[in-house]
Amino acid sequence: MVAPRDEAEVERLVVKEPDSFGRFSPRGLGRAYGDAAQCAGGTVVDCRGLRSVLGLDRQRGTLRAGAGISFDNLLELLVPRGYFLPVTPGTRFVTLGGAIASDIHGKNHHVDGSLSAHLENLRLVAPAGTFDCGPVQHKEEFDATCGGMGLTGVVTEATLRLLPIESSWMVVDTERAADLDSCLSLLSEEASRYRYSVAWVDGLARGRRLGRSVLTRADHALAMDLPVDRRRQPLSYRAPRVVEVPFASPLSLLRPATVSAFNEMWYRKAPSKRETQLQPLATFFYPLDGVGSWNRLYGPRGFTQYQFVVPFGAERALEHALEKLSGGRVASFLAVLKSFGAAGAGHLSFPMEGWTLALDIPLGVPGLPELLDELDVLVADAGGRVYLSKDARLRPDLVPAMYPRLAEWQAVRARLDPAGVMSSDLARRLGLAGPVLPSTRA
Amino acid sequence: MLDGTGMPQSAVVIGGASDMARDVLRILAGRRLRSVVLAGRSEPALDVVGRELRALGVESVRCRTLDVTAVASLVPFVSEAVADLGEVDLVLVAAGQLGTATLEQLGPGTISSLVATNFSGPAALAMEFAKHMVRQGFGRIVLFSSVAGVRTRKSNFVYGAAKAGLDGFALGLSGALEGTGVGITVVRPGFVTTKMTAGMKPAIFPVDAETVAKAVVRSLETGREVVWVPPQLRYLFALLRLVPTPLWRRLPG
Repeated sequence: MVAPRDEAEVERLVVKEPDSFGRFSPRGLGRAYGDAAQCAGGTVVDCRGLRSVLGLDRQRGTLRAGAGISFDNLLELLVPRGYFLPVTPGTRFVTLGGAIASDIHGKNHHVDGSLSAHLENLRLVAPAGTFDCGPVQHKEEFDATCGGMGLTGVVTEATLRLLPIESSWMVVDTERAADLDSCLSLLSEEASRYRYSVAWVDGLARGRRLGRSVLTRADHALAMDLPVDRRRQPLSYRAPRVVEVPFASPLSLLRPATVSAFNEMWYRKAPSKRETQLQPLATFFYPLDGVGSWNRLYGPRGFTQYQFVVPFGAERALEHALEKLSGGRVASFLAVLKSFGAAGAGHLSFPMEGWTLALDIPLGVPGLPELLDELDVLVADAGGRVYLSKDARLRPDLVPAMYPRLAEWQAVRARLDPAGVMSSDLARRLGLAGPVLPSTRA
Repeated sequence: MLDGTGMPQSAVVIGGASDMARDVLRILAGRRLRSVVLAGRSEPALDVVGRELRALGVESVRCRTLDVTAVASLVPFVSEAVADLGEVDLVLVAAGQLGTATLEQLGPGTISSLVATNFSGPAALAMEFAKHMVRQGFGRIVLFSSVAGVRTRKSNFVYGAAKAGLDGFALGLSGALEGTGVGITVVRPGFVTTKMTAGMKPAIFPVDAETVAKAVVRSLETGREVVWVPPQLRYLFALLRLVPTPLWRRLPG
């Protein structure tokens, strides 16, 4: 592991003396579910040192910052000044660079698209040289890097267009949906009426209750939406305290029985009719961040996530996938379902127009690898794809079908990294950078 | 590269024509396996397995004749296998020979040959592959031990003693590899109905090769270090180890 502190050091590592490190992979906070930022036998470039704020342009509403800065830090900087991140995932513990490499999406994808749609510029230090790229200049390099899983070079800084907000509060509508059909119709209804929308699906409910869920849909609260006593400081924001799970549980506490009981309680707790309430930003966007090291609850084998998207019209595939998952009794806390808007420009960017479902998968459950392989095929046949950032086990043969722009991406990557020094376990496992097999056959 | 569920894309199998290895390969071929090096004494027997694996979709299969008792050939074999595969995700050492326990037939030659086939050859191969895997930063080596090595007895004590040696070696190597990303699995099957045991009277809890193979694949998924097949044997042998010697020697089988 090496930890450069500034761009010059990154350039020295990547451009001038890459040979001394073997293959390497950039890493942000190291929180990815899969092996995207692991590099067995090679070197991990820890980018957290590149965390300076380089400029907040309040007139244009843009921020220029080092790629190693975390969303947690950015929120503390931006929210009190009346700005929010244009796109945020369900955790604030990601870096800007990691977010770009995954071209992350949020609960507002159906309205705002993915992160790359809000980037004005990024600086990429690739083995072939340093590029200032964006949606206009060096567009190919930009499109290969957004969602490029850190395989085109090291992003050192980026300029982001921010979302102006009047308060640090959310107006949240919560309601229950009794089954998948009603959930999908609620999510489709006036899809753009709410900026943020998501459904939390009970991954263990079966039969007539398949897909029963709690929908939360929200918008940023305006100052006038707040009660009078809050209006004086509408933008006050304090990062919530994190309570640590003190040690790894020797066995997984999240088993079908406990999870099923939790899901039942949580579904009953939600209002059956639409209810509106004010919530702080962090409560709405980062419900799990309140528990530190919550992954420890899954026991020593840990877990991964499975997230896929299928196009609109493939609802049958979505239903089928839920049936397989609930039938397999794969203890999943809550699955997250939402609709995506149009795909962005990134060659390997995950979001595409359709339905996306994400769920936690505890590793080591008998029959799970086979079940997930079946889901891969189901998703690919429906014209969908699996999210690489969360993957640890996808079928490599399906990657070209799921990511039809793979060859285009590989061509740009070959130009940026002719010697193939940028790598990761993910890239090797899926053959992203080209086949790993020896070319001759016996 | 091994995936998050422990499934390999490339594998070297020593004793590639053995029933247990073949059943493991059949399952892995349905998962992620793409390239294999099969090694063993009989090339025609390896070819049969190789043809089946190609039919099951494995893209690259190479068969190499190897005698694990020929010490000088082991290091060159490992280099060739590494060159064939590039990255070696999994090494399965299934070579073994029951041999004899008839006192009259046991001379220095037969003893050292049984020890080489069941212990020192597999141990040396595991060691060489382990060094390569430490450099690549990941990998798993599965070695077949046997309950015969847990407590030796008159009907197969040379085989049992050699397996006991291999078992101890593997667990020690596993400790030495901690933190390198390389894992070791020791499989302790009971009586398995295979070519090796054909014609013998089955002992308690007999299993077939497929059952052993399923347990091996499951251990790849869980990362378990010691695998008893069937699992009840773990508890049975915890007791059998405590049985007084005179009684142990009178137990049938």
